[in-house]
Amino acid sequence: MENEVKLTKLAQCAGCGAKVGAGVLAQLLEGIQVHRDPNLLVGFDKSDDASVYRVSDELALVQTVDFFPPIADDPYLFGQIAAANALSDVYAMGAEPKLALNLMCVPRDMPQQAVHQMLRGGYDKVYEAGCLITGGHSIFDPEPKYGLAVTGFVHPQRILTNSGAETGDVLLLTKPLGIGVLTTAHKADMVTPESMDLAYALMTTLNKSARDIMVRYRVHACTDVTGFSLMGHMLEMAQGSEKQMHLSVSEIDLIPEAVELARMGLLPEGMYRNRTFAQQWVEHGEMPLEIQDLLYDPQTSGGLLMAVHPEDAQALLEELKGAVPSAQRIGRVADYQGGKRIFLEG
Amino acid sequence: MIDARGYSCPMPVVMVQKAVKGKEPNKLEVLVDNQCSVENVTRYARNSGYQVEVSDHEGDYKLVLRK
Repeated sequence: MENEVKLTKLAQCAGCGAKVGAGVLAQLLEGIQVHRDPNLLVGFDKSDDASVYRVSDELALVQTVDFFPPIADDPYLFGQIAAANALSDVYAMGAEPKLALNLMCVPRDMPQQAVHQMLRGGYDKVYEAGCLITGGHSIFDPEPKYGLAVTGFVHPQRILTNSGAETGDVLLLTKPLGIGVLTTAHKADMVTPESMDLAYALMTTLNKSARDIMVRYRVHACTDVTGFSLMGHMLEMAQGSEKQMHLSVSEIDLIPEAVELARMGLLPEGMYRNRTFAQQWVEHGEMPLEIQDLLYDPQTSGGLLMAVHPEDAQALLEELKGAVPSAQRIGRVADYQGGKRIFLEG
Repeated sequence: MIDARGYSCPMPVVMVQKAVKGKEPNKLEVLVDNQCSVENVTRYARNSGYQVEVSDHEGDYKLVLRK
């Protein structure tokens, strides 16, 4: 059978859980001189989703890259997830992806048909996004990996960074949390097929519809929730915007089986890395540990987190729900009072 | 004694679950070699009614679970 290879068994870490922690990354980059250019509108020093370079007053180029080891056993599914995840950073900037390059690492003995399926998954998802794959680079590696470098375009005045949140903004999130827990527990065959199907459906859903709707409203800041978890990405938004965030945790859609698995200790290593990085900035209150853990759970191809003008929030949420039923209101932005940046409220 | 050294998450916690479920031992010792497994086994054990004590074991970690 073509899908005989259990791809996830070849991987040490699942999906975005393989990401080097935000704290470690900052140390690795420390002391390296950053060259500046007035046309570089967003660079890596901003901890944003993609870099943005102004080509003209009408046009800015958006660039990002993302790849990881298998998060699904089915190579076609893995290809789709990796592509949806790579494209997501462009959507998170409010931009449209146009060109993409494959990045592929494969074991010498991986069946040709499986590699073909993985690539076909990537191509299908990229075409669904209205984007082209124009080439790529492939090397041999005992652990398979796949992803894409994606280039998109946006009007320089309409870039959505993660640092523009304003006091009073409403926070919206477009996908539920718990994907990292499910994919970890799946390695031990401890997840029901229904929950895994849900996880795969979420991970292969492009953030395109959410982006296309969002750009018609007064959204002040946006980021996609991936390896650094909701807490990690929200902290970057709070710090970049010099604000603090108040979360209505009971409003956040957590995948029910993921909560149960978190209670049983089936948590990915990335969750602990995210906690170490962000928890000093988070006021956890009386929140149960398993709920906290899901807020630090690394997501692969997660949803968009938006800070929207309060007068637009309801209309945006309603329109989003038409295209992305899992869209939800999760909190609000407030003036920074010093100390903690994120407050978990009932 | 469960020796889960050399296993990455989630296998150590799965090994502990198998030893606990249905048998409910009053005491169980577990060896792991990474912090993620320490935390995951601790979460599982506490939610299953055990107290957990973590100590160093020749550079690895030893967890003692007690009812």
